[in-house]
Amino acid sequence: MRAWLCAAIALGALFCVPVDAADRIVVGSKIFTEGYVLGELAAQSIEASKPGVPVVRKLGMGSTGILFQSLNTGAIDVYADYTGTLAEAILKQPQLRSVAEIRAALLKMGIVISEPLGFDNTYALAVPEEFAQREGLHTISDLARLHSSLRAGFSYEFMDRQDGYPGLTERYRLGLDPAHVNRMEHSLTYQAIDQGAVDVIDVYSTDAKIKKFKLRVLDDNLGYFPTYQAVWVARAGFVSQYPAQWRALRQWQGRINATTMQDLNAQADIDKRSIAQVVAGFRGSTVRSQTLAGQIGRRTLEHLWLVGVSLAFSIFIGIPLGILAVRHRRTGQVILTVSAITQTIPSLALLCFLIPVFGVGTKPALAALCLYSLLPVVLNTFTGIRGIDPRHLENARAFGLTPGQILRRIVLPLASPSLLTGIRTATIVSIGTATLAALVGAGGYGVPIVSGLSLNDVPTILTGAIPAALMAWAAHAAFDLLGRFIIPAGLQRSP
Amino acid sequence: MLELEHIYKAFAGKQVLTDVSLAIPTGATCALIGSSGSGKTTLLRITLRLIGLDRGAVRLDDRPLADFGHEAWADRIGYVPQDGGLFPHLTGQQNVTLVARLRRWHPQQIAARIAQLQELVALDTAVLQRFPHELSGGQIQRVAIMRAAMMDPAVMLLDEPMAALDPLIRSALQQELKAIFARLGKTVMIVTHDLAEAAFLAERITLLHDGRVLQTGSYPDLLLRPADPFVTSFIKAQRTLPPAADLQ
Repeated sequence: MRAWLCAAIALGALFCVPVDAADRIVVGSKIFTEGYVLGELAAQSIEASKPGVPVVRKLGMGSTGILFQSLNTGAIDVYADYTGTLAEAILKQPQLRSVAEIRAALLKMGIVISEPLGFDNTYALAVPEEFAQREGLHTISDLARLHSSLRAGFSYEFMDRQDGYPGLTERYRLGLDPAHVNRMEHSLTYQAIDQGAVDVIDVYSTDAKIKKFKLRVLDDNLGYFPTYQAVWVARAGFVSQYPAQWRALRQWQGRINATTMQDLNAQADIDKRSIAQVVAGFRGSTVRSQTLAGQIGRRTLEHLWLVGVSLAFSIFIGIPLGILAVRHRRTGQVILTVSAITQTIPSLALLCFLIPVFGVGTKPALAALCLYSLLPVVLNTFTGIRGIDPRHLENARAFGLTPGQILRRIVLPLASPSLLTGIRTATIVSIGTATLAALVGAGGYGVPIVSGLSLNDVPTILTGAIPAALMAWAAHAAFDLLGRFIIPAGLQRSP
Repeated sequence: MLELEHIYKAFAGKQVLTDVSLAIPTGATCALIGSSGSGKTTLLRITLRLIGLDRGAVRLDDRPLADFGHEAWADRIGYVPQDGGLFPHLTGQQNVTLVARLRRWHPQQIAARIAQLQELVALDTAVLQRFPHELSGGQIQRVAIMRAAMMDPAVMLLDEPMAALDPLIRSALQQELKAIFARLGKTVMIVTHDLAEAAFLAERITLLHDGRVLQTGSYPDLLLRPADPFVTSFIKAQRTLPPAADLQ
């Protein structure tokens, strides 16, 4: 009992460390190539500024929502975004078009934006060049002729934004067949169009893949898409606390045009150079690169840490909760229902809910993993104990065993096969789910998976996916071995 | 001497035991017999202190139940559950020594007691190292008896000791059980629904019906001088009985 209490306190302390740690600047980024490039540019520019302040990179954190929440809670200090996105997704005032208007509105929320960096990365529709020539497509209006047979692959964000698909169909009177409109992860739409699975996709106008996949960007002849000028978005507190660093970022205002940005994106996306090298080349400096083995080693440690802590939590909290659920029926129903509901929350949504509480980094990831690994342990503890023949428990009482002795000597050993199954399931779920931790900057095997996915770079994905699969397999084997030591020999009947 | 005096017990308003009295002199063997629903299991659980009673008293050697601590009482009553009730995750020996180890007996003391009991029930050391699922029905019963006798209790309480055994083993073990009881010299209470078994093992039989004691006496008493018409019908309902001629 004392051990459980100590562990609970230690875990509590872990989560209670204040989010805003001392002198360091946290740079975030969106989860696509350009986001990474601009995030890295911010990080390297701050690192090169005087006086030096350590920089923490939380790159590839996900969508605007996650980044903006992180900015609000002080979990990150600065990232790059687009004026159109800020007006639509954050301010919910899509009618705001000028930088000055958007800046004034954001300032009321304690957010500062820079002047535009110099390029406009707006939404656009692209079709294969060959298809465009065959069908004589030049403008979005031209699509209206084909609408019933047209197959589209649109990203989730594009489908859901007011200034995306819904408004587009209205403005251009496009009557696409809903059965032919596929919602997809953005980086996969290029593969889909390249393989001829779809005819039209949404793109960002600076995207290097437009050239790589020989696509034609259709002219927005009705001027539907708002402008998406890239700007630095920062906490007001950061701007006042680090004026020199803010200046270092603003040196790029008006200095990156669309061609430059497309080129930087192409170096990362098509030439497969590391983002750090691409940015360093642009800035005219060099970076030390880490070996693949070193990277995998570091990520293994990060991943093990995530899985280990959440597992310790699920054991020290989940097993007592399972025992409690057996002893008190009503409490038990509540515990089981709550942990089952937690399990049904999509992991990305759960991470999003946890950011305001824990900030970004390891803490929200650990909290989410703990919640996910709780159910298998609670449920298996519950069913394991409930499955014990009640006569054994009554006999133990008749022999004069105290409740504590019954728990340790009879109940836990008899339930141990089920308990171990629960812990094994929790471990394997954790190893898989922990790859999503990279979305909130917690590191681990998810980092190459997430960045590889957004760069459409399969080898990079594999440097995360293969070790994760190996870790799951190793955990499986380890539990088989562990079972031989933990499960009493009398219960290990060979089939 | 184990005494149960004027015991009343009701569950949710339903009277299960009414004025039940039973006394087993030290060293005697008594059988508590009745069909299912007669209240014999409730009486057993009261004697084991697993449940309380509404009225009445339980006394061991003139000391009331309340005088004993929970563990002290458990150590005075050696219990053999139905089917042996061995814990499946422990070997035979671990089952036998569980309570002694929890009471922090010295290992030498435990070993000495094991040796005594092994001789009593005639079990090999190798058999004691096996897990319950590796033991035969007869071996399980012997291990269970060793476990019950381990703490040197005043009373041995056996719940349907033969119920799960096949008839041939049952008959052999009955003989042996009788010899074990004789050597142990302890007060023994056997709870059973089998009159033949009760008649063979116990000198006194108490017949329980609908929560009341209908008659206490020897088998010939029950057969020849039934106190209630139900006693006769209960005896007639048993399939294998020694013919009356053998008893005269």
